[in-house]
Amino acid sequence: MNINATILGQVISFAIFVWFCMKYVWPALIGAMEERKNTIADGLEAADRAVRDLELAQNKALDQLKEAKQEAAAIIDEAKKRANSIIDESKDKAREEGDRLIVSAKAEIEQESNKAREELRTKVAALAVAGAEKILERSISEEDNRDIVDDLAAQL
Amino acid sequence: MASETITSREYITHHLTNLTYGRHADGTWGFAHSGEEATQMGFWALNVDTFGVSLALGVLFMFVFHRVAKRVTTGVPGGMQNFVEMIVDFVDDNVKGMFHHKSKVIAPMALTIFVWVLLMNIMDLVPIDFLPKLGELFGLHFLKVVPSTDVNITMGLALSVFCVVVFFSIKQKGLGGFAAELAFHPFGKFGLPINLFLEIVNLLAKPISLGLRLFGNLYAGEMIFILIALLPFWIQWALSVPWAIFHILIIVLQAFIFMVLTIVYMAMAFDDH
Repeated sequence: MNINATILGQVISFAIFVWFCMKYVWPALIGAMEERKNTIADGLEAADRAVRDLELAQNKALDQLKEAKQEAAAIIDEAKKRANSIIDESKDKAREEGDRLIVSAKAEIEQESNKAREELRTKVAALAVAGAEKILERSISEEDNRDIVDDLAAQL
Repeated sequence: MASETITSREYITHHLTNLTYGRHADGTWGFAHSGEEATQMGFWALNVDTFGVSLALGVLFMFVFHRVAKRVTTGVPGGMQNFVEMIVDFVDDNVKGMFHHKSKVIAPMALTIFVWVLLMNIMDLVPIDFLPKLGELFGLHFLKVVPSTDVNITMGLALSVFCVVVFFSIKQKGLGGFAAELAFHPFGKFGLPINLFLEIVNLLAKPISLGLRLFGNLYAGEMIFILIALLPFWIQWALSVPWAIFHILIIVLQAFIFMVLTIVYMAMAFDDH
């Protein structure tokens, strides 16, 4: 229990240890810990940012999806409208075509009947001439009465 | 271990005597053979046992921490680095919590104090007769293995801290400022003598209380272990085990208190009143 030179030895060794710690131990350790702390903080921040980005991207995707749906609906509407109009148009066209066909058929029929009438007229003329020839066989020459027969045929 | 050949008194005295190297009364140098002889050696003697253990523990602490510091990685730390970082972080938190100035010295000093004192205190948990008996085999009569039960060791630390505190007080506030702090507190300039007396007592009380607190706690703890060791061997465990477990608390607490008070004194040195 004596105070002796041990106290000086302790003071000196304390000074040396503190100096050593200050020089070689503390800065390296605290530096590394600080650096790791920063790295972790950066990592956490990046994770936060990523979450925010993800949310943003999801919202954007949803918006785009909605927009696309609307666009699709609009296109379908348009297509339906177009289809209806095409159908109406072709109905009109068909009706016109039909009308046109009817008209031309009527014209053809008219023409045919005219032609037939013409033919019939000539044939009746020929028949009348033949009948008259048979009646007037001997006395009357065909040449002398041609103009009368033609006139008769024209009146048919 | 109370053997039949020595009395309890002798056993206790034996355990409380340092292995002292110094100058004998007849002028020769050597180890003291008793406590009285050690006292006669006066100031220029060395407690080889406590100082040696304290030095060895300090070197061990520096060696381990320096090894970790050299291989320190900023990535995932390994087991030893983790452990060291835990201590460093703990000390750093305490320093940052109490000391709000810039100083390169205080944190390493706090770390040194905490770990070194802790290691010295932990020596108290080594079974009380183990190392002395081992020392006897090598011809050492006395061996006190717990450095912090030697008042020289604890006062050495406390005085070092005191010197650092005074140094920074003067550096921070100037010699005049430091003197003014002693002279004009707490009663202003008209109470100068009283101020001076109070402040000097206050100043000197810091290292004395710091050193003696650690010494007293550890000395008392050691004393209890010695007393328990006087009991018959088959019952010793019933007392020594609970006491050792309780002592773990004291060991850490005293190291922590020493560190905290150092930081507080340093903060006071830097703070302006």
